[in-house]
Amino acid sequence: MTHLALKNVSKHFGDFTAVSDFNLDVKKGEFVSFLGPSGCGKTTTLRMIAGFEIPSSGSISIDGADITNKAPSQRNVGMVFQSYALFPNMTVAQNIGFGLRIRKEKEADVAERVKEMLSIIHLENKADSYPYQLSGGQMQRVALARALAIRPEVLLLDEPLSALDAKIRISLRAEIRSIQQKLGITAIYVTHDQEEALSLSDRIVVMRDGEMDQVGTPFQIYNFPTTVFVANFVGTLNNASAEVVDPAKGVISIDGVHFESAVDLKDRKKGDKVRVAIRPERFNFVSQEKKANIVDCKIENITFLGSIVRIQIMIGNSKFYMDTFNNPFLELPKIGDKDQVTCSREAVLVLDE
Amino acid sequence: MNIFSRIRRIPFWSWIWFILGALYFILPLYATVNFSLRMERGVIGFKAYAKAFEDPEFIRTFLYSNALALTTIIVSIILIVPTAYWIRLRLPEARRIVEFITLLPFVVPAIILVFGLIRIYSSPINIPFTDTTLLQPLTTFEVGTDILIVAGYVVLGLPYMYRSVDTGMRTVDVRTLTEAAQSLGASWFTIIVRVILPNIRAALLSGALLTFAIVVGEVTLASFLGVPAFGPYLFLLGQHRAYEPAALSFASFLLTWVVMGLIQLFTGGQEQIAGAH
Amino acid sequence: MTQTALNSKVSLPASDWKKWIGVSPFFLFAILFLVLPSVRLFIGSFTDNEGQFTFANLLQLFQEKSILDAYWLSIRISAATAIGGGIFGFLLAYSVTVGGLPKPLRSALITFSGVASNFAGVPLAFAFIATLGRTGFVTALVENLFHVNLYKQTEFDLYSFWGLSLTYMYFQFPLMVLIMAPALDGLKREWREAAEILGASTVQYWLRVALPVLLPSILGSMILLFGNAFGAYATAYALTGGRLGIITIQIGAQIRGDVLHNPGLGYAMAMGMVIIMAISLVGYSWLQRKSERWLR
Repeated sequence: MTHLALKNVSKHFGDFTAVSDFNLDVKKGEFVSFLGPSGCGKTTTLRMIAGFEIPSSGSISIDGADITNKAPSQRNVGMVFQSYALFPNMTVAQNIGFGLRIRKEKEADVAERVKEMLSIIHLENKADSYPYQLSGGQMQRVALARALAIRPEVLLLDEPLSALDAKIRISLRAEIRSIQQKLGITAIYVTHDQEEALSLSDRIVVMRDGEMDQVGTPFQIYNFPTTVFVANFVGTLNNASAEVVDPAKGVISIDGVHFESAVDLKDRKKGDKVRVAIRPERFNFVSQEKKANIVDCKIENITFLGSIVRIQIMIGNSKFYMDTFNNPFLELPKIGDKDQVTCSREAVLVLDE
Repeated sequence: MNIFSRIRRIPFWSWIWFILGALYFILPLYATVNFSLRMERGVIGFKAYAKAFEDPEFIRTFLYSNALALTTIIVSIILIVPTAYWIRLRLPEARRIVEFITLLPFVVPAIILVFGLIRIYSSPINIPFTDTTLLQPLTTFEVGTDILIVAGYVVLGLPYMYRSVDTGMRTVDVRTLTEAAQSLGASWFTIIVRVILPNIRAALLSGALLTFAIVVGEVTLASFLGVPAFGPYLFLLGQHRAYEPAALSFASFLLTWVVMGLIQLFTGGQEQIAGAH
Repeated sequence: MTQTALNSKVSLPASDWKKWIGVSPFFLFAILFLVLPSVRLFIGSFTDNEGQFTFANLLQLFQEKSILDAYWLSIRISAATAIGGGIFGFLLAYSVTVGGLPKPLRSALITFSGVASNFAGVPLAFAFIATLGRTGFVTALVENLFHVNLYKQTEFDLYSFWGLSLTYMYFQFPLMVLIMAPALDGLKREWREAAEILGASTVQYWLRVALPVLLPSILGSMILLFGNAFGAYATAYALTGGRLGIITIQIGAQIRGDVLHNPGLGYAMAMGMVIIMAISLVGYSWLQRKSERWLR
C-alpha cells in the first residue's frame, strides 16, 4: 500500500531545472535511497518532501492526503541533517524532547519518550551532555532520536553519514537500518555513496541531472543496470564500445573479439554501435569446464586490493579490469603474458552507446 | 523557502531598523557639513574649510600628529612583530602572558594610563637605590614628552596591533614557512625580511592604519602631556570658533573613512574593531 | 626532512631561559609604560599624605558623595548606552543578516559601522553640537516641524545625561553591529529547518533556539559596550567641557590639579575604575568563550 507518493514533481530555479517529472510510490516501512552525484536533484527532492522547497509542479501526498503546500511544521515528518543541526543550547535530552514540547505533550510523557529514544540509540548516560561534548557519531545518533521522537510519518535523512569517519560511518549505517526496521518507519535516504545505498536500501532511485535514471532493488541496480550512467555510478565497471554482429544469437564484437550476451538484442540491427559493460568480478581465467565466451587477452597490470586482486587485461584494443579473490595459493599470471579469460553470457550487458 | 517565505512581504521591520540606523549615522554628518558650509551669511561655500586649512597652527599640529602616528606605528612594529614571531616559533609558553598584557589597555583606559605615566615620569629617573639622577623627568623636556606620548600610543594600539600581527602569522603559518626557508639555507635576516614580513604585509598594514586612526585625533594623552597635537588644537579651536571646527570635524570623519576603507581593502573585508573614545 | 629537524635543532638556543631573551624587549616596554604606571596608582591608593600604608583612601571612596555620584553617573550612562546601543545594534545587525534586506545594504552598514565605531572624541562632539545643540540642525528641524523648542519646552539638554548618551550611541551601536553580524551569521540554517520540521513556529524558533544561542554573545557585547563608554573621556570632555561630572572627567580634574586635596584618594578613584573595567573584561571573555563553544 502506498504511503508516500510523489506525482510528476518538478522544481525549477529560474531557468535551471533541479528536478523534472519525478514519480515515486513508497510503501509503508520501506527504505528508499536517492543516489546520485552532487547536483542531481536528490537533495532538492528530499527538501520538497520536507516542505523546505515547494514543487514548481506536481504533488506530494502522505497516505493520500496532499501535503504539497503544507508548511514543514505541519507535515509531521522527521529529518536528519548532514551537519547534525543539534541545538547547541540544549542538552541531549532537551534536543530529543524539543518536538514533543512544541507539541505541548505532558512533561511526564516527554520524559518517558526521551528515555525510550535514548535507549534505542544507546546513549542513556549522555542525557545531560551538551552537543559540543559529543563525538560526531554520537551527535548524529541524537539527531536521529530527535527526528524519531515525534513519531513522524516519514523519516528523511540528508547524507547523514558524510561528515563522519569511515569506521563510524559503517557501524552507524547498520544502526540506522536496524532502528528503521525495528520501528517500521518509512525512510528516504539521500546519498552519493553507492555502497551506503546498496547496503541500506529496500529500493534505490538513481538520479542524474534532475531525472530518475533507474529505480530498483540494490540487486537489480547492481546486476542489471539499464543505463551506462547507472552501470558506471554503481560499482566498478568495464565498458567498451562494440558492434552488433548477430542480433538473433546475441553476438556482439569488441574490436573483432566476439562475445555472446544473454541480453535480448532483437530490437537492434547488425552493425549497430552499442556499449558493452562487464563487471570485473565476472571474468575468470579459463579452466577445464567450457564456458560461453572464451577470449584471448594480454595481461597489462596487476594490483592488490586486499581481499581482491585486480588484473588489467587487454581484449582487442580495449582495456578491462578483472577481479579475482585473493588467497595464498593464487597463481597469478605475469605482466605481458598472453592468456584466455571467460565470462558468462549473463555477465555481458549491452547498453545504448 | 517554504510557503511562508515565498509569499513573505517586504521585511517591514528590517527596513524600519535599517532606516533608523541610517538616519542616526547620517544626520549628525549632514548637520556638520551643512553648518560648515554657512560661514558666509547667505552663501553656501567652502570658506570655513579654506580658513581652517590655511591656519599655520592647523598645519603644524596636523603634521605633528602624523609624525607621532608614524613613529608609533614603527615602534609598534619593531616591538610586536619579533615578539609575536618568537612566540609562534619558540616560546608558545609565553603566549598567555603576552596576550594578557596586550589586553591590559582595555582595563586601563587612556585617562588612567596618562595619570600613571605622569606620576611615574614627572620625577627624575635615578640609578636604583641611590639619589644619583640618571635622567631629568621626562615630562620636563620636549623629547621626553615625545617619548612618553609615543609609548602611551603604542600601549593604546597594543591590542589591535598585536591581534592583527598574530592573526596574520597564524594564517600564513610562519613556523612552517620558517622551517622551509631554513631547510633551503636562508639566514635569519633573510627569513624575516624576505619571507615573514612580505607574508604578513596585509596584517601589518591593517594594524598600522588602525593605530593611525587612534593616534591622529587623540586628545586625552596629548592634552595631559601638553604636546602640540591635532586633537587638543581642534578642541581649543572649538572654544572660540564655530565654523572651522565643524569643517575640520567633517574632514576628520572623511579621514577615518579613508583609513577604514584602506583596511577593508587590505584585509579583504574582515571587520576590525578599534576605538579610543 | 631529517635535514630540517637537524637544522632547527642546531639553531635552537641552548637553554630554556635564553629563549625568553627574544621577548624581553616587549616585557621591558610593558613594564616601563604599562605595568609601572598601573602599579604606581595601585600603591598610591594605599598610601596616605605622609607616605604611610593606609586603607583610608579606599574607605573614603565610598563616603565622598561627589565621587560616588561620579561613578554612579558614569555607570548609568555606560549602562544606558550599552543596553540601548546593544539592542539597536542587534536589531540593525539582524536586519542585514537574517532579516532579509538586500546584500549591498549589508556591506554598506558594515563599512559605515567600522567608520562610526572609530569616530569619536572632539569631532564627534562637534558633530552632535551641530545636530542637537541649541542651534543645531535637528533642534531647528523639530522647532519648524512641530513648533517645539527642545531646549525651552522640554527637559532636553545635549550637555546632560541624555545628550551625552545619545552622542555615545553614535559609536556604541556600530560596535554592536560589528560584533553581532558575524554571530548572527553563525546561526545555522539547519537549526531553523530542524526546529521548523519538529513543529516550531518562527517565534518559537527565535525564543527557544536562536536567542538562547545568541544570548552569551549579546550579553558579552553589551558588557564590552559598557566598558567602552565607561572609559571614554575625550568625547565627554569636548562635549560638556567638564561640566558633566562623570568619573573620567573627575579623574582628569584630579590630574590637572589635586582638586580632592588628597592624591591618595585620586589614585583610589582611578583604581576603582580599573577594577570596574577589569570585571567587565572578565565577564566579556567568559561569555565570549561560552558563545564560541556554541557558535563554532
